[in-house]
Amino acid sequence: MSVSVRIPTILRTYTKGDSEVTVEGDDVASVIDALEASYPGIKARVVDETGAIRRFVNVYVGTEDIRFAEGLGTTVPTGQQVSIIPAVAGGC
Amino acid sequence: MSASTLESTDCTTARPGAFGNAIGLVCRACGTEQELGPHYACIECFGPLEVAYDFGTITREQIEAGPKSIWRYQPLLPVPADIASFPNTDPGFTRLVKADNLARELGMKNLWVKDDSGNPTHSFKDRVVAVALSAARELGMKVLACPSTGNLANAVAAAAARAGIKSVVFIPENLERPKILTTAVYGGTLVAVRGNYDDVNKLASEIAGEEEGWAFVNVNVRPYYAEGSKTLAYETAEQLGWRIPEQIVIPVASGSQLTKVDKGLTELGKLGLVEATPYKIFGAQATGCSPVAQAFRDGHDVVRPVKPDTIAKSLAIGNPADGPYVLDTCRRTGGAVEDVSDDEVRDGIQLLARTEGIFAETAGGVTIATLKKIIATGQLDPEAETVVFNTGDGLKTLDAIADRVGPAATIDPTYPAFTAANLV
Repeated sequence: MSVSVRIPTILRTYTKGDSEVTVEGDDVASVIDALEASYPGIKARVVDETGAIRRFVNVYVGTEDIRFAEGLGTTVPTGQQVSIIPAVAGGC
Repeated sequence: MSASTLESTDCTTARPGAFGNAIGLVCRACGTEQELGPHYACIECFGPLEVAYDFGTITREQIEAGPKSIWRYQPLLPVPADIASFPNTDPGFTRLVKADNLARELGMKNLWVKDDSGNPTHSFKDRVVAVALSAARELGMKVLACPSTGNLANAVAAAAARAGIKSVVFIPENLERPKILTTAVYGGTLVAVRGNYDDVNKLASEIAGEEEGWAFVNVNVRPYYAEGSKTLAYETAEQLGWRIPEQIVIPVASGSQLTKVDKGLTELGKLGLVEATPYKIFGAQATGCSPVAQAFRDGHDVVRPVKPDTIAKSLAIGNPADGPYVLDTCRRTGGAVEDVSDDEVRDGIQLLARTEGIFAETAGGVTIATLKKIIATGQLDPEAETVVFNTGDGLKTLDAIADRVGPAATIDPTYPAFTAANLV
């Protein structure tokens, strides 16, 4: 299934400047693997060596932070967008 | 966009001295260095960037000769030497109130309230926005923007009006009505978003990556913005006669203010502006949004995000960016992070108002209630000199106490009616 992924500025060096890319995947883990296949090196910037989402990265499926859902196992329904966003942004 | 355009607006295009004594940005997580510019996350690890300085010599006399605003601390901030000449809200140098009545009621010896409700838009946010506005201007950005829980919205809209630039402010649609009106009145673009603060924050982060020349004060110019909170530490120390208090109680939303107060006190000590005496920092949260307090209690280094549910909306950040650093700071200094219920928050607002004549917003109620709690638990020493921060004005959160206070009686305009009411 095709999934649209929003890429933060910091990672656009991997996507040749594209802010949004389309890959195949059913859940967040498979989306990230598909990103890696198309844009080698990007996965290691999002997940750490143990395979967990990095401390300063937030990943959303639609508007849902995957930490509130099933983490990397969170299903990506048809038509939902995946967003990768630096966690340090915002907050007062 | 975009990204490339924003990144090209780096300090190489800024005028000399645009950022004062600041020399670069450093990742707090991995130490990677970056040049000054509209950057907020580490290019290596996504960690938060912090402003680094080469201060040289700074004296008390130099500071004391400055304006009665945060600009007296210009050499300690990432702003140019001529900062006071640009139109801005000139925040800061708010009163430090000796709170003897409250101290007596809590069994304390020496208590002060740093009352930041006295800022131009009635919260500490004027401090951080003024520094962010300077960075935005020096980087050639044209729009001042933010996601906000209310106080920041007020401060951004007012600062942009004063500076004569456009503002775009994003708020959760369920925000307290006074905070909506006190933003809208300044005439910028106000956008109500269907969602909570964390949803608004996510949206703002995405927009910040796309819109050319937009300075989201707490996103892409966050490293500069956050430095403004150091002025709370500088002022407190200066107003105490260039001394560091033994204990400080600070409300925690993202945790930025608490960590920057720690940074400010450390700088004062290193520069020899105060004696580097030990201090303990305590964080205060509302139970309905207490991810940092929970992590502190559990002994964790990371903060598990929560979905906020509290009347203290200005502290309702479920995914606090600086949470891990709050844990580090409070543990390192021997302090703690605690949380209090919404009813305790209301009690705290009333206690401060009744004893000291200071009407705090809900965040101030959180801080006062936490102070009371950590005295009871023995975490805070009632004998030691303590400063608590009231970061906002109760007039913005009237709903919190609306069901609790009111007239003692409603009487006819006659003397017999007055005496019959037994009011004295």
